[in-house]
Amino acid sequence: MRSLSLIGTLLAKDIRIEWRQRETVASVCVFGLLVVLIFDFGFRPAGEESLRLLPGLLWIAFAFSGILSFNRSFEAERENACLEGLYLAPVDPGLIYLAKLLANLLFLGIAESVIVLATAVWYNFSFLPSFKWFVLIVFLGTFGYAAVGATFAAVSANTRMREVMLPVLQFPVVFPLFVASVEATSRALRGDYSPEMLGWIKLLAGFAVIFTVVSYLLFEYVMGE
Amino acid sequence: MPADACRADCVLEARRVSKYFGDFAALKEVSLRAGPGEAILVYGPNGAGKTTLLRIMAGLSRPSRGEVLFSGKSILRESGQAKSAIGFVSHATFLYSGLTARENLHLAGKLFDVRNLEPRIETMLEMFSLQDHSRKPVRALSRGLQQRVTLARAFLHQPRWLILDEPFTGLDAAASSHLESLLRNLRREGKGLIFSTHQFSQGSSIALRLVALERGRVRYDGPPEKTPSGEAAAMV
Repeated sequence: MRSLSLIGTLLAKDIRIEWRQRETVASVCVFGLLVVLIFDFGFRPAGEESLRLLPGLLWIAFAFSGILSFNRSFEAERENACLEGLYLAPVDPGLIYLAKLLANLLFLGIAESVIVLATAVWYNFSFLPSFKWFVLIVFLGTFGYAAVGATFAAVSANTRMREVMLPVLQFPVVFPLFVASVEATSRALRGDYSPEMLGWIKLLAGFAVIFTVVSYLLFEYVMGE
Repeated sequence: MPADACRADCVLEARRVSKYFGDFAALKEVSLRAGPGEAILVYGPNGAGKTTLLRIMAGLSRPSRGEVLFSGKSILRESGQAKSAIGFVSHATFLYSGLTARENLHLAGKLFDVRNLEPRIETMLEMFSLQDHSRKPVRALSRGLQQRVTLARAFLHQPRWLILDEPFTGLDAAASSHLESLLRNLRREGKGLIFSTHQFSQGSSIALRLVALERGRVRYDGPPEKTPSGEAAAMV
């Protein structure tokens, strides 16, 4: 019970700081929209071609927005060495990680909703026929991405070139996640609810669970010196 | 384990602690045993290893060699009990600048599982004369006021040990004098204090024991009044 209360307290702290500053979600949304817009001007996809390109486009926008979100989310912890302040408290570091994961999931989820909405309008594409599958895939993909992102953002938070360090550390690890996400999204948007799509979804779920558990267990060493 | 459960066995001990940053030895085989009710001034020139020692004693930094024990147990392996029993003030404030002073204390209180948190926060705000500033974001506070919030955060969970690195930084004369009297009272309450300051006279008026560091080694360990003549002054 205390664990849940602590996660809630830490999550509420992140939401309160974001609500007052409105820096992370705003910048992530603008960045994601920019990717969608530039892509449209660059490729001018229409009809079947949109369907072929949209999954990749969406996950490129989510990936870059995520990097920005993860970096920003640890900015407040870096300032005044707040992460050290958290480490000094008699709290399981894994709970600090879970709160950070949920905060990132929330902020990135808001940004992704805006990006998807903008994509639907811009490309005149309806996500409604496969909406349930699409939401499940985006949720699992984002969960796995945030699970890795929260850990590596904490690792890179105290390095000098953290903006560069985070993608360098993270992308090799999340590459299989993006492959699975794009494959599953592509099939879902085409209405191909085949066992292969379920296979990719299971891979996403497995990735999310494994990385959440591993990061939960290792976060103590990430926070420590 | 709540801080109150820590009684006479609440000994904090560094055993032959060394700390290396690359090839540079910040601490070399430093040993320090401190019991409840002790007030220890860690003194020395810049780069002597004071901050490194205090961070290691607080469990925030891992020694390269040696170990720190709290109640006979490794502070790193059995960290929960030690963390509950230690209040630490560092050069950094540990405060979220986007939250108010009150919200920062509330967060710290939740993390340290402080009972009757709201009255305790009010007590801390009063103790450090922060009532008029409690609803301002930390980023809007001066360095001195931020330091008072930092001190309030460290005192909030009524720790048995206070480890304070340059606690007088940024404080005005009145706040500095108030903190001095608070630190003297700790001894009467049976609490331990390890602190550093560059103001030797101020520090030695609070401390019963002086640990002087130079180039990462203990140069003197004893009562401040018996410091070899001119030794302290020569060190800064």
